[in-house]
Amino acid sequence: MTFLTLKGISKRYGDFAAIEQIDLDVERGEFLSLLGPSGCGKTTTLQMVAGFVTPSTGTIMLDGRDITHERPEKRGMGVVFQSYALFPHMTVDGNVGFGLEMRNMKRAARAERVAEALELVRLSGLGGRYPKELSGGQRQRVAIARALAMRPELLLLDEPMSNLDAKLREEMHIELRAIQKRLGITTILVTHDQVEAMTISDRIAVMHRGTIAQLSTPFEAYERPETPFASTFLGKTNLLPGAVIRRNGRCAEVDVAGTTLKVPHEGRPAQGDVNVYIRPEKVRLAGADARATGCITTRVFVGNQWLLQVDTGLGRLSVAQPNFGAPPPEEGEHVGLVWSDDDLRMLAKETGDGHA
Amino acid sequence: MITIAPALLLFGALLLVPLVLTLVLSFHVFSDSQGTLATYTLSNYLRVVTDPYYGAILARTAGLAFAVTALCIVLGVPETIVLARMKRPWQSVCLLVVLGPLLISVVVRTLGWQILLGNNGVLNNALQALHLTSEPIRLVFTMTGVVIALTHVLVPFMVMSVWATLQKLDPQVEWAGLSLGGSPLRVFRRVVLPQILPGVLSGSIIVFALSASAFATPALIGGRRLKVVATAAYDEFLGTLNWPLGATIAVLLLIANVAIVMGCSRLAERRFKHIFD
Repeated sequence: MTFLTLKGISKRYGDFAAIEQIDLDVERGEFLSLLGPSGCGKTTTLQMVAGFVTPSTGTIMLDGRDITHERPEKRGMGVVFQSYALFPHMTVDGNVGFGLEMRNMKRAARAERVAEALELVRLSGLGGRYPKELSGGQRQRVAIARALAMRPELLLLDEPMSNLDAKLREEMHIELRAIQKRLGITTILVTHDQVEAMTISDRIAVMHRGTIAQLSTPFEAYERPETPFASTFLGKTNLLPGAVIRRNGRCAEVDVAGTTLKVPHEGRPAQGDVNVYIRPEKVRLAGADARATGCITTRVFVGNQWLLQVDTGLGRLSVAQPNFGAPPPEEGEHVGLVWSDDDLRMLAKETGDGHA
Repeated sequence: MITIAPALLLFGALLLVPLVLTLVLSFHVFSDSQGTLATYTLSNYLRVVTDPYYGAILARTAGLAFAVTALCIVLGVPETIVLARMKRPWQSVCLLVVLGPLLISVVVRTLGWQILLGNNGVLNNALQALHLTSEPIRLVFTMTGVVIALTHVLVPFMVMSVWATLQKLDPQVEWAGLSLGGSPLRVFRRVVLPQILPGVLSGSIIVFALSASAFATPALIGGRRLKVVATAAYDEFLGTLNWPLGATIAVLLLIANVAIVMGCSRLAERRFKHIFD
């Protein structure tokens, strides 16, 4: 049974539609990410779930109960804000215990629960400090502990990692995921960081201009993007404009700049102008079996891999080659490229407004 | 040193020199027949401190300052919160209305209050027309009148001060309080109010200092008999021509004001040190 359901949700501000007809089901215990660029409506969606913003149309159901117009303080959801929104005039204990205090829990029981929540985020012993006296990472942990101390059934995270440095962020991804699994708490994360979304989530909802462009597991979203936006927003990709010549049982023959490529169409209708996509890491340098040749225009070393730009007859291709130990050919040299037809993806050409 | 010298000179000429001269003046001997003499004495201070006439003036001034400050808190803080929640065009309009008293000359504003509060004023005529009172309530030449008129002009300082702290408040903090199950009222009391306290305190310091040293409003609404420290000093200077005594009163007012303001600031600093950047 789905735990949280958004049905036909829209949010308009005057003439501007921040959210247009979103349908979303979240399972109990699931970790779902709303991923998208700024202005895509992901935060607005979260705020409607939390009750800070009222949807213009549609209903929100939580565990079978209609909460569309319920006051935020009645929803009992744990929310972690981008700014952490800690109470600066209260100690860490005061912050974490605030929700319990609002529920009129006795002081002794409260202290126990606060200690428990602080232990969960590994902040035991810092209960007497004020937020100002903590580091950014510690403040974030306090915000998480404050949300968890209430033992909410739904945890909402609004870009909680965006103020942390890269290394700390990676640690928090793993830790947050571990806490979420241990507590089995249904979680919705809003983020613009695709790596974060893929690392941490069971499913990703890629959002674009107030709609959900794709809803699937991280692997599916990356490997089989269903919309042009999802394919370019999630990771890097090569985009080759072409036209379908012929459609066979499993694949379509697509003309790209005079070369015919065989692209699996996976049962989707394929005709006319299309874009063919291939990920940089799916293109390899080749010798005799090369399917295209070209000149290396740029060569960048990023540690675990080399990033090459190769000008070919198909257009400029990005190639990511894992660092095997020996450097690839230098800039200006000619190389052959090879790929597997199965790694090609094809989507109808984006229409003017960018919607799929 | 060279670059700050002009500013230092200006500061010295406009503030320090008159202050020092006033201080020196307060120690001079005054004689009714010969005026200010070139000899020095502490008798002016002894007289102000021991004479119950001046004691009453000091007490009245303190009472006035505390009453006005309290009223400014009670009126100004909710006013600012309402203002902060207003939508765009109305917010600017209302802010202008609130800050309006500062834009009007003190004499015009005070005479306006006289028309409003006088025995034949708008307020008393209305009360009598409604048969709420049989005879006019005396407001002009009373402390009540002075408190009302002073509060009117000093509330904007409280509003501006609280406004500044409200603007710094993270709007998500209120949402955080709600999401943790606090009702809007409880969130306001436990989360918002403590965070705007520094603004209320600095606003109170400004209002207190200005009302303790206010001259025009007490002079016009309070009249000649209802003296406060500032009007008493004025009368000594220009009425009895006892300049040393007037200077003494002025110096004592300054010392009392500085002591109270500094004390409050120190207290606030210690209280909010852990909390705010």
